[in-house]
Amino acid sequence: MRGAATAREVGSRLRGAEPLNAVLHWSQELLDAEAVRVDAMPEAGPLAAMPIALKDNIVTVEQPTTCGSRILEGYVSPYNATAVQRLRAAGALVAAKANMDEFAMGSSTEHSAFGRVRHPLDPDRVPGGSSGGSAALVAAGVVPAALGSETGGSVRQPASFCGVVGVKPSYGRVSRFGLVAFGSSLDCISVFGRTVADAAQVLSAISGPDPLDATTVDRPPMQAPGPLPDLRGLRIGLPREYFPDDLHPGVAAALRRTEDAIRELGGELCEVSLPHSMFAVPTYYIVAPAEAAANLARYDGVRYGARRIGAEGDIRSLYRATRGHGFGPEVQRRILVGTYVLSAGYYDAYYSKAQQTRALIADDFRRAFASGIDLLLTPTTPTPAFRAGEKTDDPVAMYLADIFVSAISLAGLPALSIPVGRSEGLPVGAQLIAPAFEEERMLAAAGALERVIPADGEVR
Amino acid sequence: MVWETVIGLEVHVQLRTRTKMFCACRTTFGDPPNTNVCPVCLGLPGALPVPNAEAVRLGAIAALALGCTVHPTSVFARKNYFYPDLPKGYQISQFDRPLATGGHVAFESAERGRIDIGITRLHVEEDAGKLVHDRFPGKTAVDLNRAGTPLAEIVGEPDLRSPAEARAYLTTLRQILVYAGVSECSMEQGSLRVDANLSIRPAGETRLGTKTEVKNMNSFANVERALEAERARQTALVESGQPVRQVTLLFNAATGQVKPTRSKEESHDYRYFPDPDLPPLELNAEWISARRGDLPELPEARRTRLEQALGIPTYDARVITGEAGLADYFERVVGAGVEAKTAANWVMGDVMTSYNETGAFPVPAERLAALVGLVRDGVVSHQAAKRVYGELARSPNGDPKAVAERLGLVQVSDQGALGGWVDEVLAAHPAEVARYRGGETKLMAFFVGQVMKRSRGKADPKGVQPVLQEKLG
Repeated sequence: MRGAATAREVGSRLRGAEPLNAVLHWSQELLDAEAVRVDAMPEAGPLAAMPIALKDNIVTVEQPTTCGSRILEGYVSPYNATAVQRLRAAGALVAAKANMDEFAMGSSTEHSAFGRVRHPLDPDRVPGGSSGGSAALVAAGVVPAALGSETGGSVRQPASFCGVVGVKPSYGRVSRFGLVAFGSSLDCISVFGRTVADAAQVLSAISGPDPLDATTVDRPPMQAPGPLPDLRGLRIGLPREYFPDDLHPGVAAALRRTEDAIRELGGELCEVSLPHSMFAVPTYYIVAPAEAAANLARYDGVRYGARRIGAEGDIRSLYRATRGHGFGPEVQRRILVGTYVLSAGYYDAYYSKAQQTRALIADDFRRAFASGIDLLLTPTTPTPAFRAGEKTDDPVAMYLADIFVSAISLAGLPALSIPVGRSEGLPVGAQLIAPAFEEERMLAAAGALERVIPADGEVR
Repeated sequence: MVWETVIGLEVHVQLRTRTKMFCACRTTFGDPPNTNVCPVCLGLPGALPVPNAEAVRLGAIAALALGCTVHPTSVFARKNYFYPDLPKGYQISQFDRPLATGGHVAFESAERGRIDIGITRLHVEEDAGKLVHDRFPGKTAVDLNRAGTPLAEIVGEPDLRSPAEARAYLTTLRQILVYAGVSECSMEQGSLRVDANLSIRPAGETRLGTKTEVKNMNSFANVERALEAERARQTALVESGQPVRQVTLLFNAATGQVKPTRSKEESHDYRYFPDPDLPPLELNAEWISARRGDLPELPEARRTRLEQALGIPTYDARVITGEAGLADYFERVVGAGVEAKTAANWVMGDVMTSYNETGAFPVPAERLAALVGLVRDGVVSHQAAKRVYGELARSPNGDPKAVAERLGLVQVSDQGALGGWVDEVLAAHPAEVARYRGGETKLMAFFVGQVMKRSRGKADPKGVQPVLQEKLG
């Protein structure tokens, strides 16, 4: 009766974690029902009653799926996401739906219509975002693993801020069916874990092609690798553009320590260049909003979700009132940007140019890996977790929190963040980047580093 | 001033698939509202489209039937606009990289003889749902059964020069698509829809005038009427010195008039971009050439073959090949031994009448051939055979000869019986007998008719005249 015990423990931890505001929906009844289901399984499955939190943009039949938005308040999906089905089939318990930036747009989880999520180590700081609820739940020890989603770093960045492992798979590795779309060419269901092994187990359970998602790649599911005993024979590239002079000193120190650990494990470090990565954030902020503007058009008050009848009583007025009230300011901003960059007369200047830049960014990575580099190492974020409210009035400053993660999303590559120390008590993450569909190599190397780098140790 | 009319048509046809373009919902017409729906075609959060391979296959066959080049790579694109019948707020279509380009449709124009109308492109896309205005008083309802139905959009070049040509083009296009088996092409059921663009220019001018778009036609005849009305409207405007503005007009079948819509959204910016949910559609060369192999003999080739191989007149061949089913039936009748022109007459007569009424062929071809054999052998008259056909149509298992006998329609050529009917007729018409004998020999036809009537069609007309001549002589 492993599930039943887990359900009680997780329930009590969820109650204890309430001040974080990391959860949007959970109930002991649903947890208990999950336990009954899991305990009745003929075999425990690879995830053997592991409780897992889901970002609230992954649809489930039992709980509402709001995407942290008023416009979907109370919305319950009639179907489960493929990833949820696979998790449950692997023996996992769906524990809770986690708070998030509205429609996954943000880097601090301050843009949730249901209140901001607190950093587990410092309630005045942000956990990162947009998957901040999932990250905080793992960091606070409520669940050993959680699903988040990435469009441009929304798992790696909060993993770095919260001091947990965050793994973004290759685009096409995990089905997006049932992940509420933000930027479809970028969106990846991604995984948080307390350890590399937990994250790898969960990722392998949800990976693999899905006939319901035409963008999944026809490759067998990923296998969760064990940690490498050492890094001998691995060439790890340090892209110089990711180590700017003004990098936060604590982050720089944590990365130096990571480099030392790699050398000590027998790995070879070499400098490489990814010259077009400097265009990643502006490119991302054209591509993602363009896709988002179309993806969010369906929230029009006609079929589901919140509806407001406008003053004029006609359909245009219903659209304006529903969307004007239902979407928060950051979502509205991105819809407007996305609509603008696709407009006649601007398409070539923005969207086409961004697609060209995206190809150049991806090419840099391909060239680096083709030159004999096995993995790349960078900081995950330019700073540790910032204070709540610090960047909410300056969207561009907020966007730059993703400066080291967005290029990888544009290139569709797998990457992860592992905690590599603390600066003034706040976690710092290091990012490993692998060639497409080489998750196993990346996870095995991360496992080796995890064993030798004290994640909680202060760095200078 | 002599004005030249320039017309280009955009035709949407529903591809004949069992399921929708991007999900597994059925495409059945006329089911209760919102029953053939799922998360994908409802545009629910998190749902994703997966292309229907059969729709792509039918789209490619349609394109090849129209002489288009099917491209090895085409791209699905999102066409963005808000409307309550459009669940996702965008339609998945194709834009700058369509499935196929560059075909043509050839037909006889009443004014210009044989003409070739260019096909700019053919692309596949999903249909929107339907707004229902008459179900709840004062409210509009949305039925999404149709949402996601696969369509091929066929964009024609502005090569048509009259409303009559537009109609002939549509007739030919439909024939080809129905032959190819890609669509039912029924305007009543909405599986074929036409948007027409029309402009006028002074004869001899090469630049195009400002075009308008005419919508809401529910038959090919109404397409012609609508375009005639629009041509008249534009001509009147221009001749009174006013400009033609680029508007969309709706045709009113009751009044025969076209009226500009009051829509404020004239300059829609659809903000097309490649749909990131769908990888480019890749079709390899072998697959495309296999689709060419899927094509049946198309109407024009069949018409030529029937004319040349069977020697039937052009007109007959055109009528018979108008529908593949009719031509198939015709060929079966000929195959059963009936002389081609005789078969053509039957098919264009009674057979087509019953086919148009019922959509079927109530008398199997072999049985019709047997009936025609009875006429050839003088067993029944042509008139009697038509009655037998009517009877066979009601009881398809009947044997033509047995039916003719049961109805008493087998011709009588026995001299005694014929003589009896002749005697009765001559006795009944003494005045005409006197006039005939006085030299009015053209009355012979009258006597023959009277004998046929008295015999109730059973008398063999070839045998009647000698008997009459003898008795009158």
